[in-house]
Amino acid sequence: MTETPLWEVFIRPRNGLAHKHVGSLHAADEVLALQAARDVYTRRGEGVSIWVVPSVAITASDPDHAAENFEPTADKIYRHPTFYDIPDDVGHM
Amino acid sequence: MALFEAVLELADDHLVLGHRLSEWCGHAPMLEEDLALPNMALDLIGTARTLYDHAAKLEGRGRDEDALAYLRGEREYRNLLLCERPNGDFAHTMLRQLYFAAFMQPYWTAALGSADETIAGVAGKAVKEMAYHIRHAGEWVIRLGDGTEESAARMQEAVVELHPYTGELFEEGAAGDVAELPSRAVMRGAWTATLQPIFAEALLQMPEVPYPQTGGRSGLHGEGLGHLLAEMQSVYRAHPGASW
Repeated sequence: MTETPLWEVFIRPRNGLAHKHVGSLHAADEVLALQAARDVYTRRGEGVSIWVVPSVAITASDPDHAAENFEPTADKIYRHPTFYDIPDDVGHM
Repeated sequence: MALFEAVLELADDHLVLGHRLSEWCGHAPMLEEDLALPNMALDLIGTARTLYDHAAKLEGRGRDEDALAYLRGEREYRNLLLCERPNGDFAHTMLRQLYFAAFMQPYWTAALGSADETIAGVAGKAVKEMAYHIRHAGEWVIRLGDGTEESAARMQEAVVELHPYTGELFEEGAAGDVAELPSRAVMRGAWTATLQPIFAEALLQMPEVPYPQTGGRSGLHGEGLGHLLAEMQSVYRAHPGASW
């Protein structure tokens, strides 16, 4: 089964929420990948919608670039919305 | 007692096939199928439990679902021969599942309107499960049939071996026609309509069957069922009445 492609699985837990990455699996094609995702990742009522994406389609950031990518934001606390009072009527954000 | 017997036949079909599927647990060719097959097994065993419980109440002689499932011998089991056929290779297992689900899906759809509330309730849950079993098994039959030379040969072998057992799907059981359950013979049209496009895509031929294999409904089984029951019933028979 070494040549069976790898797929990344995204599940939407319920309507109104975004699809979230839950894991990966092996399947020969996109139809079987969806079925496998249903069987492997939604056995306990986890979701209402599934996406599968070929793992090779994902371009990842280089861990060696972590310092230049992410550390410059550490001292820019003014970008966090913690300085504002959110009115109660706005509800969950 | 006709309804009791008819419900018992259905329950036996589901338990025996469910047990067969569960035998794949830990042995499937890949992790994904190792979860998918027990998922389908649990669908069938869940249906069997409700049906046994219902049958026990219809009988009204103090037997419960466990007594019906674990304390009857091979000759008392009334399941279709198709359901007890050994797993064989993956082609056999998937084709057996497709044959069964393609029958049960229209059957349960017709049973949605049953005057018996338990049967209508089971049907409501089972129609969705059977639709998925058709899809899952069907996609595999297509890929194996139209796959490599080896997989195509094995798929066609499975068809030749299992097709003779499909005629029994459409026969009324020993109990005969029961008002609360759909007539089995009329499902042939829907069954064929489900299979035809799958067989066409899988490049499979549906064989003529001069001598259909039947007998399950009268308790006449292949030698495999005795082994299956021996394994399935051993714990209950060693520890009757034990609970978790």
